[in-house]
Amino acid sequence: METLTLLDGQKFQITIQRLCHQLIENHNTFSDTVLIGIQPRGIYLADRIHQELKHLQPQSELQAGNLDITFFRDDFRTNKDLPAASATAIDFIIEDKNVILVDDVLWTGRTIRAALDALLAFGRPRKVELVVLVDRRFSRQLPIEPNYIGIEVDSVDSQKVVVSWKETDQQDRVTLLLDK
Amino acid sequence: MAENQSKLSTKHLLGIKDLSTEDIQLILETADNFKDVLQRPIKKVPSLRDITIANIFFENSTRTKLSFELAEKRLSADTISFAASSSSVSKGETLIDTVNNILAMKVDMVVMRHPHAGAGVFLSKHVNAQIVNAGDGAHEHPTQALLDAFSIREKYGDVRGKKVAIIGDILHSRVALSNILCLQKLGAEVMVCGPTTLIPKYMGSLGVKIEHNLMKALNWCDVANMLRIQLERQDIKYFPSLREYSMMYGLNKQILDSLDKEITIMHPGPINRGVEITSDVADSKQSIILDQVENGVAVRMAVLYLLANSKD
Repeated sequence: METLTLLDGQKFQITIQRLCHQLIENHNTFSDTVLIGIQPRGIYLADRIHQELKHLQPQSELQAGNLDITFFRDDFRTNKDLPAASATAIDFIIEDKNVILVDDVLWTGRTIRAALDALLAFGRPRKVELVVLVDRRFSRQLPIEPNYIGIEVDSVDSQKVVVSWKETDQQDRVTLLLDK
Repeated sequence: MAENQSKLSTKHLLGIKDLSTEDIQLILETADNFKDVLQRPIKKVPSLRDITIANIFFENSTRTKLSFELAEKRLSADTISFAASSSSVSKGETLIDTVNNILAMKVDMVVMRHPHAGAGVFLSKHVNAQIVNAGDGAHEHPTQALLDAFSIREKYGDVRGKKVAIIGDILHSRVALSNILCLQKLGAEVMVCGPTTLIPKYMGSLGVKIEHNLMKALNWCDVANMLRIQLERQDIKYFPSLREYSMMYGLNKQILDSLDKEITIMHPGPINRGVEITSDVADSKQSIILDQVENGVAVRMAVLYLLANSKD
């Protein structure tokens, strides 16, 4: 399979740092803001952002959690290979908070739609924003757009974008698989 | 990116016998997530909003029926419930006719309890719907076994290596058979204990220990699952009197305190207080009877959710 590396090494780290600086610009001390990573692959980016923000602003009290959207998917029973459910870990109330949703790749927008649904169980947020490491442009099936973007990628449906993380795949890298 | 297995190997849940160890693990892991959903302020997910489930109970039930109904509602499924006593079954309608009439109203899944062993298997061969066995005669009660395994796993972290004694009326119990199969698949050691007349001959071939002395069983086990004497199924006398049974196989606080270790007490319900178990034991700290009921909803949600996804 032909692969193309889109982002790795120092540029990968710089991209995450840039996202963090953009978040600080808009959210200041994060006193009313919570960070929520979407299971299963968004939690790694959420964790990195959380670590970096703690490093940049040691005094901030940002709360972070993970959200599983498996039971809220709209392709349940149509997609043959759905991933198994993962754990949701949100031990705070998001009522009237600014919620920053974090996922690795934004493609059709359906995961984010499900995440917005799943969030309702935890209260009514004042505002929801979306951070993604990779935005696959021009492939949205729903009116959903990210607020913070790591890199933008033009790709067709038969291609796949994979984000690897040091924690699970030895190295930080974004690759484009050209043929499935 | 390695995906976990997310599909059951079977289309129906007729018995634990048909499930692989991976299937059981998947159900228990999925139930973990549903248990988490049930702790939230909004205890509902939209997964089964396009599914209609019929609960058909040809035999009385409190826990199982309510638990299934609640699980279905928490998954946003549409449900219809049916009790045989108030239906056309009493006018002579056959099982297949009854169920096909219900399916004609476009039902996707049938949860059925029936007094005859094998009713679920029979139905699955003749009607076009997914069947969930909620107890068939003295054969199997798979969701009870799954929730028992879930409760043991919750209490001890793992089922593997645990010693479980099933005590009481083994002969008439569907809970016993399903529990034995489920616990063995998960790597637990199982013992059955009761009077010789209430332990069926085939037990030896299942690879379980057989014991007729309550004290020996209790001293051996980590978990004691106390079963009810099913008088309504007993066509002949299997023991002289309930009082005598209670004296030989009933669990009371005195016996429990005389053991040199703390064992966990389970009961699938309904409890006959004062017969197989006394009130002070049933309500003691060692009893996880109400946890079993609570876990039942999460486990049944997992079963229904996974089955809906395994339809081809």
